Amino acid sequence: MGLKSFCFKKSLWVFHFAGASCNNCDIEILDCLTPRFDIERFGMQLVGSPRHADVLLVNGSINRKDKTRLLDVYRQTSKPVLVVAIGACGCTGGIFKEGYTNAGPVDAIIPVDAYIPGCPPKPEAIIAGLVKLIGKEDNHTTSIKQEKELIHADS
Amino acid sequence: MLREIFYFVIFPGLIFSAFIGGILSWFDRKITARVQFRKGPPILQPFYDFVKLLYKETILPAHGSKLTFLLAPIFGLFGVTIASVFILLPLFGIDTGFKGDIIVIFYLLTIPTLTYMIGAMASGNPLAAVGASREMKLIISYELSFLLVVVAVIFRSGMKLSMYEILEYQAANGAIIGSLSGVLVFIVALFCLQAKLGLVPFDMSEAETEITHGIFIEYSGSIYAIIKLTKYMMLFILPAFVIAILMGGFNFEGINILWSVLKVFGVVLLLTLIRNTNPRLKIHHAMKFFLVWMNVLVILAIILMNFNL
Repeated sequence: MGLKSFCFKKSLWVFHFAGASCNNCDIEILDCLTPRFDIERFGMQLVGSPRHADVLLVNGSINRKDKTRLLDVYRQTSKPVLVVAIGACGCTGGIFKEGYTNAGPVDAIIPVDAYIPGCPPKPEAIIAGLVKLIGKEDNHTTSIKQEKELIHADS
Repeated sequence: MLREIFYFVIFPGLIFSAFIGGILSWFDRKITARVQFRKGPPILQPFYDFVKLLYKETILPAHGSKLTFLLAPIFGLFGVTIASVFILLPLFGIDTGFKGDIIVIFYLLTIPTLTYMIGAMASGNPLAAVGASREMKLIISYELSFLLVVVAVIFRSGMKLSMYEILEYQAANGAIIGSLSGVLVFIVALFCLQAKLGLVPFDMSEAETEITHGIFIEYSGSIYAIIKLTKYMMLFILPAFVIAILMGGFNFEGINILWSVLKVFGVVLLLTLIRNTNPRLKIHHAMKFFLVWMNVLVILAIILMNFNL
């Protein structure tokens, strides 16, 4: 494991993208920052700007309006960036899967590196998912070049 | 020549002050975590952040001046490195022989903030422009108080303009903070530091929750790593400057080493506690705070110095 991937794993900065969710996943994500769960001990921080993000947390069902926003935010992040789909809606579409506004689950729009199912997932489950993500960071699902090609093909 | 390069790059300059600044940045985050009953990050966290940012992609703004955007943080790093050499050499007992360096240091310490502003303006982002305009108003308000602090110190030490002579004066007559007027000057200096470092009551220029990092919103990758490095160094050299001009500087004989280290950690602890127990001010409240109350306090201190209090 090189210095690059070691430091990357030790300091993941998280940008939180909330789709059209019922806010339960949002609340559980914020729980991870509270004294009881405290993900800052793994070096994770919630950042406000997508330019600083290493991890894009996406929750909620992605509808047609959200799709362009999600692609925008994904293009604005500096690569390499990992994408985590949180909750039943983010992973599969959930109960909105058949809805007429639904633009599909997150992995139909951008490449996803980890899925954390649950409605909503417990903070423990989110931390377990992030730990698994750290474990598999060496093999990105897509390289930077592939990611860029994918984005341009889509737009 | 080799000696000067060593001063600037290794010992009191870039590498040394960046290392100590990183440790202090961890200390700041750890104390913040403890205040909120959290566990906090590991000690090498600032260095992980820095190395990670070096390897990330740097995105240039599509609408804006790319060259200014990239050069501004580098000039900020130059400014803070030169300031660290001028502050730390007298503190470690090496006379630079430069009369009047305290004035130069005062100007060098404003360079990082100025370059953040220039870089934010060059990025073409409206939120960055809001942050830059707030930073500008903040500079206008706290610089006068900080200048008056320096004036008070020069006045107290008998019109000496050199850091080394001020330290000599304090070694002979006791630290300036030991008197009533010294305490008042220290309070003003502490709040000016808070504003210069952009810590919480005065962090409206990079307000994370309302304008999402404001002046730093467009920076990413290695150029943001340089900004982080500048911030780490500022977190060390600004407390070191206040310790030098008000608290008698460092002493490296026997047990005094412990006191010297405790002085640095104590000042940073005070800054962190102020940061953790206050909400963000509005910009006009911050301006009023500095332009009225802090200036009144420091002028009162100068008047008290006339009566040797």
